[in-house]
Amino acid sequence: MVDIASSRTALSAGPSGPKPSRRFSGSKIMIYGTLIVMCLYYILPLWVMVMTSVKGMPEVRLGNIFAPPVEVTFEPWVKAWSEACTGLNCDGLSRGFWNSVRILIPSVILSIAVASVNGYALVNWRFKGSDIFFTILIFGSFIPYQVMLYPIVILLREMGIYGTLWGLILVHTIFGMPILTLLFRNYFSSIPEELFKAARVDGAGFWGIYFRIMLPMSLPIFVVALILQVTGIWNDFLFGVVFVKPDLYPMTVQLNNIVNSVQGVKEYNVNMAATMLTGLVPLVIYFISGKLFVRGIAAGAVKG
Amino acid sequence: MNMDGNNSVSVRDLSLSFGDVTVLQTLNLDIKEGEFLVLLGPSGCGKSTLLNCIAGLLDVSSGQIFIKGKNVTWLEPKDRGIGMVFQSYALYPQMTVAGNLSFGLKNAGFAKDEIDKRIARAAEILQMQSLLNRKPAQLSGGQRQRVAIGRALVRDVDVFLFDEPLSNLDAKLRSELRVEIKRLHQKLENTMIYVTHDQIEALTLADRIAVMKGGLVQQLDSPDVIYNKPRNLYVAGFIGSPSMNFLKGTISASGNGHAVKVGGSVVPLSGYPAERSMSDGQSVIFGVRPEHIRLNSAATAEMSPEYDADVELIEPMGSDSLVWLKFEGQSMTARVESSAVHHPGDKVKVRFRVGLASLFDEADSDRL
Repeated sequence: MVDIASSRTALSAGPSGPKPSRRFSGSKIMIYGTLIVMCLYYILPLWVMVMTSVKGMPEVRLGNIFAPPVEVTFEPWVKAWSEACTGLNCDGLSRGFWNSVRILIPSVILSIAVASVNGYALVNWRFKGSDIFFTILIFGSFIPYQVMLYPIVILLREMGIYGTLWGLILVHTIFGMPILTLLFRNYFSSIPEELFKAARVDGAGFWGIYFRIMLPMSLPIFVVALILQVTGIWNDFLFGVVFVKPDLYPMTVQLNNIVNSVQGVKEYNVNMAATMLTGLVPLVIYFISGKLFVRGIAAGAVKG
Repeated sequence: MNMDGNNSVSVRDLSLSFGDVTVLQTLNLDIKEGEFLVLLGPSGCGKSTLLNCIAGLLDVSSGQIFIKGKNVTWLEPKDRGIGMVFQSYALYPQMTVAGNLSFGLKNAGFAKDEIDKRIARAAEILQMQSLLNRKPAQLSGGQRQRVAIGRALVRDVDVFLFDEPLSNLDAKLRSELRVEIKRLHQKLENTMIYVTHDQIEALTLADRIAVMKGGLVQQLDSPDVIYNKPRNLYVAGFIGSPSMNFLKGTISASGNGHAVKVGGSVVPLSGYPAERSMSDGQSVIFGVRPEHIRLNSAATAEMSPEYDADVELIEPMGSDSLVWLKFEGQSMTARVESSAVHHPGDKVKVRFRVGLASLFDEADSDRL
């Protein structure tokens, strides 16, 4: 005992406890400096857009794009939403907004429903040729969209739904299939196979296992799929312009028509407001589900 | 095919291959009513595959499976009267313990009263009444495995299938649950098929052990016979820890019987229960377990004469010690009481308990 006591006094001199960290070390200044510069770089365009959209046209013409408005007005937003003219119609972006919503909701639900069942079947109910099926499906995502535009136009025409919202919804569902199936397949294959076996022994069938075992465990990946599809379909321009008639154009196409209209004065404030309005939906989705999104991406990425 | 009445599970000429890889080769197995059968083997020997075939989770390539005399080869798992316990527990994470237990019963369309009654009974048998409202994530490993067993229990199945149920548990819990499974078997008297690579589990639990290798059953016998009279070199080497010593030698005639000649030492085989005839000069492997070698002991009727050996290394193991010896140029280990003191370099006298040794033909590695 004496030995330990004496050795303790001998050892006790010198530093103890947690290692102190310096507040302003060189590396910290570098890290925060870089982060601040990057933040500014990304925030500046947004700043310009928001500021311009709440200025009146006289103020816009002065050309100080970074300056905050002297007189705040929401007139441009109102105009963009309900009065701006695109072609024959002068009811603003609201028409395109509702078109987009009518395209978005069925497309998202349909594509996620089909792709999740695809992924589940590919992992747990492997059939003869399921690997080849999967390979072909994935290969589909490498073919450029432009190559398929014309054949699909013909296909939809033959089906009698060319130019309708349902035609566009079908196209969105099909083009969402490869990436979504991959996503769901990878997620489901990270769920232990024994769980699936146990459910089979317990007498659950294909749908029983899907709805009562797999679905409740897969919320994160459904959120990821939801975000991918909502932003992807909302931001789509090409399919919208090709597959529907002008009065059914989605919001993005209408935005383009407003911004690129050649008659009259360029109303930058209205254009900015219209752009902000169009980008609002994906933005809101990101804000609501950011945490779940990261979790889902991480979970899906573990196993390939 | 007409089956014997008292066989609970019968496997007939079962083969399974994935592409070019043969996992099970025309395998035959009869498991008696109420028997505890352990499928033992290294990973990749096909034991889990066999269990999955019996459960109906894998389609067989050819052959038949009977449970209670009924041909179930093409039946769904739920219709076979089996319950299965998995290594990873495989509890449904989003359901409570009660939800896990009732899932199978709900699928089978049982009334709520009956479900509650069965859950209460299973909870009582497995002593987990207080856990019923918890989620699996809130349970310890041992409790989870108990719930997994309960899931088979509530369904009132004929045959319990265990797929390495204790491999994910730590050593202490493993031995506790081992006893619990044995107790459960004594109480329920169900047929149980248990897959493991752990020979201790196999020896302690089994009524009979099927030692498997390369998709074939090498030996199917009681633990006692498996341990003391292994059919071939593979079984002899796989069972027992530390493993059996194998000494190369030849058969030679001696006095009134045969003897095995290891280097310059001639060990008479009087008392060895030979099953096949031996011939002079035949190359054999003389297998003797570490606990059947005595060091510096007095002569008794069941022990062989004494021979010279050198001590190379001592491994103390608590209750006893393992002594590594050099005997006629070949290494072997002897298990001695830890009170016996030996040192590396010591010269010792060894005696073999020939009656409990094993002899294998070197050519076909089967027991003589």
